[in-house]
Amino acid sequence: MTQLNHVFMGYRRENGRVGVRNHVAILPVDDISNAACEAVAHNIKGTMALPHAYGRLQFGEDLELHFRTMIGTGSNPNVAACVVIGIEPGWTKRIVDGIAKTGKPVVGFSIEQNGDINTIAAASRAAKEFVHQTSEYQREECAIGDLWISTKCGESDTTTGLSSCPTVGNMYDKLLPEGIYGVFGETSEITGAEHLCEARAANPDAAKKFMKIWQAYQDEVIEPYKTSDLSESQPTKGNIEGGLTTIEEKALGNLEKIGRESQYIDALDAAESPEKGAGLYFMDTSSAAAECVTLMAAAGYVVHTFPTGQGNVVGNPIIPVIKITGNPRTVRTMGEHIDLDVSGILRREMTIDAAGDALIEIIRRTANGRTTAAEALGHKEFVMTKLYRSA
Amino acid sequence: MSNPHLLVHHKGDNVGVVVVEDLTAGTEMLCVVTEDNSDFQLKVNHDIPIGHKVALQDFTAGDTVMKYGQDIGKMTASAKKGDHVHVQNLKTKRW
Repeated sequence: MTQLNHVFMGYRRENGRVGVRNHVAILPVDDISNAACEAVAHNIKGTMALPHAYGRLQFGEDLELHFRTMIGTGSNPNVAACVVIGIEPGWTKRIVDGIAKTGKPVVGFSIEQNGDINTIAAASRAAKEFVHQTSEYQREECAIGDLWISTKCGESDTTTGLSSCPTVGNMYDKLLPEGIYGVFGETSEITGAEHLCEARAANPDAAKKFMKIWQAYQDEVIEPYKTSDLSESQPTKGNIEGGLTTIEEKALGNLEKIGRESQYIDALDAAESPEKGAGLYFMDTSSAAAECVTLMAAAGYVVHTFPTGQGNVVGNPIIPVIKITGNPRTVRTMGEHIDLDVSGILRREMTIDAAGDALIEIIRRTANGRTTAAEALGHKEFVMTKLYRSA
Repeated sequence: MSNPHLLVHHKGDNVGVVVVEDLTAGTEMLCVVTEDNSDFQLKVNHDIPIGHKVALQDFTAGDTVMKYGQDIGKMTASAKKGDHVHVQNLKTKRW
């Protein structure tokens, strides 16, 4: 691949970050503001509501994660402008102020003392102005190193470890030196390969932080809540159908996504923005697809690469999710969900190196504006991670 | 080279992965080790779905199964070379 192809047309935002989509998001602070947000999105074409299930009576670390996810989602460079609606003004303002730090247009509305109808009217007028303003934004040429590319695999099988995961790894080995930000997560699914993951840290602090996160998951989640064992949850029923037998086998395939040479420079909390410069990061996330992609988008990643074996169909409302599979049965039976077919690797007709180049090209085209399979099929799974019961 | 039936990650692995659909018992499989592109033949003893594992050696219960050059668990029952290896005879050592 030539250097000439390592540019794409993106939206340069007020804070210098580059987006690949130009959404006007209508963001509810809490579950009971979903209806107003959906009404605004219905009124004003070119906007998108992001309904979710939480935001009431949360406290402590769980509340901090909620704010981090909300502010991070609104701050994502794929969001050009944002309308925030909450039941009361206090938490609404906190989210608006957080998003405003990016310099993008953002405004908040609260429902108490106004009612849904007046709130919807006022928010719709603001949203309409945002649509006029942002629809005139132009794409400009950007270096591929301006991209923040996340990864997480789903409905894995043994073909993911042989083909689609090492394809993503090959992409990271090639693009991290060009200055991209990368991230992988799935704390639970590293189990069985945690020693290998620890060894891929770029420095002792990152290794220590990763092992602390991994051990905390074992001690605080697995040990208190397991019943007999996790044999039907990790691996999942779908994984087992696809031939994966043990968590170790699944973890080893999963870790193929970070390539042969790439090392992570820090271990992030869920939805935490990376602050140590360009490079690869680990993030503490669930291994459930929608939760994980939502957290990575909230951290600022703008394109997601998603290897699948048996055919996970997940998407995200604000970041394009590129599906890669090496399983020929999945290509045959549910090809409409697949953006990149690397099944040639299993037939020894395609090398991992060629598959990595093909992935870089589809990432570049997606960044240019190509609609992904998940976007065309309307997959907008926006799922908040909740740490414990509310007050 | 014709298309392989079975791929093996590493030289020292004792299981491989079926990469074709509708593999039937008795097939003389072309097996390729992805690490170095070396190949060998092996007769499969069962109909095995795509993505599932085949024993490359005889196993007895308690034996360690190696894939990616790493320990992926232990056998809970014996198996012959060419047999299907999955949840009925392989289990994690973790839980």
